[in-house]
Amino acid sequence: MHILAELVIVLIILLDLGLAVTGSLSACIRLVAAQGVLAGLLPLLAGTEGISAGTAAFAAVIVLLKGAVFPWLLIRARDRSGARQDVEPLVSYPVSVAFCLGSFVAASWLGSRLPLPETGVAWIVPASLATVFTGFLLITTRTKAITQVLGYLVMENGIYIFGLALFVQQPMMVELAILLDVFVAVFVMGIAIFHISREFDHIDTAELSELSDWRREGYGS
Amino acid sequence: MTTAVLLLPLISGLLAFVLRDDASRRSLLLWTARAHSTLAALLVFFWLSGQPEAGGAWFAFDPLGLFFLAITSLLFLGASHYAARYLDSEKRSPGEDAEPGFFFSNAPEAVFTGSLLLFLAAMTAVTASRHMGLLWASVEATTLLSAPLIYFHRHKRSLEATWKYLLICSVGIALALVGNLFLGAAGVKAGVGLDLPSLLSGAPLLERQLLKAAFLFVFVGYGTKMGLAPFHTWLPDAHSESPAVVSALLSGALLNCALLGILRVSAVCARAGLADFTGGILLLFGVLSLLTAALFILGQRDYKRLLAYSSIEHMGMISLGAGLGGPGLFAALLGALSHSLSKAGLFFTSGVVLEAERTKQIPEVKGLLHRAPLTASIWLAGFLIITGMPPSGVFLYKFMILRQAAASGRYWLAGLFLFLLVIVFAGMARAFISMVFGERPEKPGEKPFREPRGMLAPAALFLFLAVLIGLWLPGWLDSLLKAAAANAAGTL
Repeated sequence: MHILAELVIVLIILLDLGLAVTGSLSACIRLVAAQGVLAGLLPLLAGTEGISAGTAAFAAVIVLLKGAVFPWLLIRARDRSGARQDVEPLVSYPVSVAFCLGSFVAASWLGSRLPLPETGVAWIVPASLATVFTGFLLITTRTKAITQVLGYLVMENGIYIFGLALFVQQPMMVELAILLDVFVAVFVMGIAIFHISREFDHIDTAELSELSDWRREGYGS
Repeated sequence: MTTAVLLLPLISGLLAFVLRDDASRRSLLLWTARAHSTLAALLVFFWLSGQPEAGGAWFAFDPLGLFFLAITSLLFLGASHYAARYLDSEKRSPGEDAEPGFFFSNAPEAVFTGSLLLFLAAMTAVTASRHMGLLWASVEATTLLSAPLIYFHRHKRSLEATWKYLLICSVGIALALVGNLFLGAAGVKAGVGLDLPSLLSGAPLLERQLLKAAFLFVFVGYGTKMGLAPFHTWLPDAHSESPAVVSALLSGALLNCALLGILRVSAVCARAGLADFTGGILLLFGVLSLLTAALFILGQRDYKRLLAYSSIEHMGMISLGAGLGGPGLFAALLGALSHSLSKAGLFFTSGVVLEAERTKQIPEVKGLLHRAPLTASIWLAGFLIITGMPPSGVFLYKFMILRQAAASGRYWLAGLFLFLLVIVFAGMARAFISMVFGERPEKPGEKPFREPRGMLAPAALFLFLAVLIGLWLPGWLDSLLKAAAANAAGTL
């Protein structure tokens, strides 16, 4: 079983790298969805004992949300906002990849230093932390509002895998509450994107700079 | 009763979305706020009489939670009365912005009232949570439910503020989730779960290195929400662009919820013998926040942003108090209460000032005393209270922090603290005095302004209470504060 789980981990790392180099918005949405589905399947593959009905049901909910509902919401937000196809990064793609790989190395070093519980699945801790970092990268270096939401989702995926890696058993109620929050977050952000595109005729957040204490004087508000 | 206090705002909030009639929706808001504060008062009363309600495994109130519930509920009570008046006046003259020549529409009132009530439900859940995961989910819920409130006036600037708020806080709070996972991992070997009672009792068994990592992540996460520098960037925008009543709630109630999240984990750390580690971090970011606030208060041109930076200043001081430990924790909690009361009073008044002057720019407001004498007096009193003129709760808690800093031998900290307070005072004095006194320029065609008593009353009441607790701390409040401080120190 662990071979499968490790294969999934490798795929998740590859998806991180893919997100760092992909310029097309719809491809990004698909990559994030794929990563979410893989993350949702992971608990089914990594468990050493049999799979309980609760785990299976929860995995099904996650796969449905991250694989179908979120992409649908995001594609709808993209279509409504009339965003162009490219993601318009602030740094070049090779630099993004370098950051991504660097974060993986740093995460491996960190994971080996902290007294974390042994999981049996190779690379799961570095992969999860690198995914969190990739999400951070997407949020900070991509200018479109949609890519920032995608970054938030990638971060969420990373945190979810990190939770699995640490064997933190959260009660089902808490897991569901967290999932509900993520769902509402994407929903609210989707609405906000729609409003941004209507007010500003674009969803480029680099242009959202009217409110600042640094530039105020020069721009004479 | 715990269940009732949680469910009441939730049900009313959902109801507000479906009610069609404005008048009935407003009275729903008022009555929910009144019932909520009655329940909160009863919970405090039962705790004082020695028969606290046991509550369940998920939600229950300890003194610390009860203390923050009381602040939230009291603030919401004032805010609901203010909001009812505010919504009424917005209805009569909608779309007229503070800045002239700028028109916009408002969000539907049902969405506003509904979100307001659900926001209260989420904050109540934060104060009652007995499980760290649930606490996290509730804090994130407060972010999501308050976002529509900031975007009540539908125009570009409030949208920009809403987007920054949503994104920065969501990402910040995601880091707090990583912290929670570290906290869980720290207890895996010892079999300690993430519920508060077992975390507190099993604290010495936790893996120390992971516990430190957990505190760091939780601190950055909730610190973002609390407005500690350098994670504060969302705060001035959100506070200045939302309606005054929302600014008051964000500053007075929401920041406290994030503070509670940090105190919960620092209590566990203190039990595990890591009080020096957490104290150092709290002190460092407390000083940073004070410094940032002082820098941006000097020369600030927007009075709502000025108040927002003053909130960052107070959060910094509260963090300092918590970092000093011992009596400093008592001071920090007293600070949370005094700041909430006085800042809510000031934000309420700022809404009236905005209505009278139609601008948020400090240099454009002069001689407010001539146009709106009552508003100007309250505005000036609020300034004196928030900057810590004696006698007020704010003065008392600043003084206690100063004394604790000196008593623990940190004279450099005490000196820096005093220096920064003087800078903040000077910056705020310049703004407030020129706004209130100053010579009023002739504005032809300006209609006389009728001061809305209904909106000024809650402001005056809160400021009065802030002074009162400085003069006389009632016995029951003192014992609640002491028990809450013991909770935060991990000794109770």
